[in-house]
Amino acid sequence: MKYLDEYRDGGVAASIAKTIAETVTRPWVLMEVCGGQTHSIVRYGIDRMIPPEVELVHGPGCPVCVTSLEMIDKAHAIASRPGVIFTSFGDMLRVPGSRGDLLTLKSRGADVRVVYSPLDAVRIASQNPGKEVVFFGIGFETTAPANAMAVFRARKEGVANFSMLLSHVLVPPAMAAILQAPGNRVQGFLGPGHVCAIMGYREYESLAERYRVPIVITGFEPIDLLEGILMTVRQLESGRAVVENQYARAVTRDGNPAARALVLEVFEVGDRKWRGVGSIPKSGYKIRYEYRMHDAEKRFQVEEIATEESSLCISGQILRGLKKPSDCAAFGNVCTPQKPLGATMVSAEGACAAYYQYGRFLSSASLPAVPAGAPPA
Amino acid sequence: MCLGIPGELLEVRDVKGLKFGKVRFGGITRDVCLEYAADAAPGDYVVVHVGFAISKIDKDEAARSFAVLEDLGQTSELTADMAEQLLPRSGPWPGEEDS
Repeated sequence: MKYLDEYRDGGVAASIAKTIAETVTRPWVLMEVCGGQTHSIVRYGIDRMIPPEVELVHGPGCPVCVTSLEMIDKAHAIASRPGVIFTSFGDMLRVPGSRGDLLTLKSRGADVRVVYSPLDAVRIASQNPGKEVVFFGIGFETTAPANAMAVFRARKEGVANFSMLLSHVLVPPAMAAILQAPGNRVQGFLGPGHVCAIMGYREYESLAERYRVPIVITGFEPIDLLEGILMTVRQLESGRAVVENQYARAVTRDGNPAARALVLEVFEVGDRKWRGVGSIPKSGYKIRYEYRMHDAEKRFQVEEIATEESSLCISGQILRGLKKPSDCAAFGNVCTPQKPLGATMVSAEGACAAYYQYGRFLSSASLPAVPAGAPPA
Repeated sequence: MCLGIPGELLEVRDVKGLKFGKVRFGGITRDVCLEYAADAAPGDYVVVHVGFAISKIDKDEAARSFAVLEDLGQTSELTADMAEQLLPRSGPWPGEEDS
């Protein structure tokens, strides 16, 4: 833990924070897109180390949180059917749908299983030929190569009883939607490091140019985040708007070509509804026609679902960067990780869960200003 | 679950035409698909996301990154399925249970 100790001692972190303070001449609003970055920022108090002129707002980068309520209800409808083994990443189990979550269904007798890898679900299917095995394929671009491989292998090995309920989301269209939204405050982005490890960052270059917004591809460790903030602020202060790569040790401009190729073999880009945000054009993946026999939406006819979202929950505004978790009346009292109203309180990457876990109960407006370069509390 | 977790590649094997490896993350060893990091060899450190290696990483970087992920509570995907005893920690190679 040398690195963290070094960090806590102030050292490198304080010196970057000081440089940020010396660079800033006016207020700027930056958004970090990835939920892992949000947790790191809150855990290490990065937002309290930097000068008050630089405001960090948290983006929609939690795949569990943005999976639409319709899709979750659809998953629940399929999982409730006899003869179905419903498989999912663990994060999805406690995400509330209109009526309960997957864990509740499991306790009522549905065969719901957590898997580590989507390939585990294909294996369960080949071991249970008499059952329909469905995998809930959610995630951002980082997860897409794994989900694509599961569909690809199921087809290649003839595992006919395997299908995937696909609800993939893509980062760049969501960033564009945030920038286009009326009332948008975001002026610069910390780009998602591990998403770009797969996809590269060519797509972000056209975003930066089109919207005149600096984008710095950033890692998730404390020093990464501080460096990413400094690089973004430098661009803003000098009137530049380009893509820079803070996370060069993990990210190249072209990403991982083998992974990208398989994703495009199995999936194609299509419109996608995001929980709390609404439908965003071309913001998700769908299973290609050639692989339709493994598409759970086609295999299971799920009738029109009437969804019901909690009226108290403001996760939609949080996911768009308009509000912070501590601005929510339900936060920490009616809504807790034990009894979540919205997905942002459930997931390990949700902003509400991060604020709850690290004791951020005061609304942002009531926080005392911390001098730049001060170590986190 | 949008972060990769670094681990040490211990051994490599071909299973039904797919390249797999056993990767050690702290005290846990898991089977990992290496199709997207095909040049990884035993002794290398790889970044793994939901059972797939997505890139190679150097040893010091791996150790530092893993420590931060553990501190952030972002390594739970490694054990989420084990709570149910659904799959062995690192048992037979995938697809070779019967052999």
